Amino acid sequence: MVRSHTVTGGAAAASRSALDEATLLVADPHRSPAGLGAHAQRAMTLCRPGVLSVAEVAYHLRLPGAVVKMIVAGLVHSGHLSARAPYTPAAGRHDLDFLQQVLDALHKL
Amino acid sequence: MPYTNSDRYVPAAARPVKIVVLGPFAVGKTTFIGTVSEIRPMHTEERLTQAGQLVDDLDDLRGKSTTTVAMDFGRLTLTPDIVLYLFGAPGQTRFSGMARCLMEGALGGLVLADTRRLDQSFPAIDLLEQAGLPYTVAINHFAGAPLHREAELREALALPGDRALVSLDARELGSAKQGLIALVTAIITQSRLEPAR
Ligand SMILES: Nc1nc2c(ncn2[C@@H]2O[C@H](COP(=O)(O)OP(=O)(O)OP(=O)(O)O)[C@@H](O)[C@H]2O)c(=O)[nH]1
Ligand SMILES: [Mg+2]
Repeated sequence: MVRSHTVTGGAAAASRSALDEATLLVADPHRSPAGLGAHAQRAMTLCRPGVLSVAEVAYHLRLPGAVVKMIVAGLVHSGHLSARAPYTPAAGRHDLDFLQQVLDALHKL
Repeated sequence: MPYTNSDRYVPAAARPVKIVVLGPFAVGKTTFIGTVSEIRPMHTEERLTQAGQLVDDLDDLRGKSTTTVAMDFGRLTLTPDIVLYLFGAPGQTRFSGMARCLMEGALGGLVLADTRRLDQSFPAIDLLEQAGLPYTVAINHFAGAPLHREAELREALALPGDRALVSLDARELGSAKQGLIALVTAIITQSRLEPAR
């Protein structure tokens, strides 16, 4: 029982879509949800009191993640929400101070 | 941990870090996420088209040519500045569209494996290798499962030397967190070795 070797060179971090399940959403408190579609209004009601991820919005609204991504993309475009993408290495370089903070916090759990 | 409305939200300044948890049926993915998560792990069903793509159109939801795939996720606020999101998905080949999608934007992956059926974790390892994403293999020890030496496990898994391999019990936080620690440690070590990748 041996795993067959596969080609590993494919450093295919190519195109990261703008919205991820783990992207955090921050509502603009000055933007009124009036005039938005029903799903978008529900998303805004959920996001206005605090910061949540796309995946959590999908869960609370009981909608598929891919659908919520589309609704949220519209709200980001209109300025109702801003999006904070998950940490990834910038141009292949890790932020070692940040990763060390992650590691220290895990050790303390 | 009880889930109340007041801890629904994450700290306002937090930066999310995403980790995927992959592995075969009943290997302990949901258990792992539940152990580490500060919120009740959330379970959602995503719809995949016959071609294995995620459905991203409301109209398509009414179509019948889709299958559903379960996804779990959990959350752990590490500091006021860092919140960890764990996403679990089946690692079987037929769900690879879903797993590939989840791997986007992830820091790395944790592959759970059972020594009685190591081969069932191969597809998850292959997906992570193909994506060029760092990962750690975690052996969940089940009662009656054979114990192997690390060298034997590495050989069976064809695991490159720079990939971490740990044993853990997904039911206990102190043990489960070792999988995450091994993953982040390996990423830091690797990054120091090749600073200009
Ligand atoms: N002994 C032992 N049992 C475990 C461990 N992790 C999970 N289990 C048990 O294994 C069973 C399956 O665990 P799940 O967490 O549901 O596995 P899963 O990978 O989410 O399964 P699917 O979502 O069905 O693919 C449960 O009865 C768990 O209690 C472990 O580390 N050690
Ligand atoms: Mg499960």
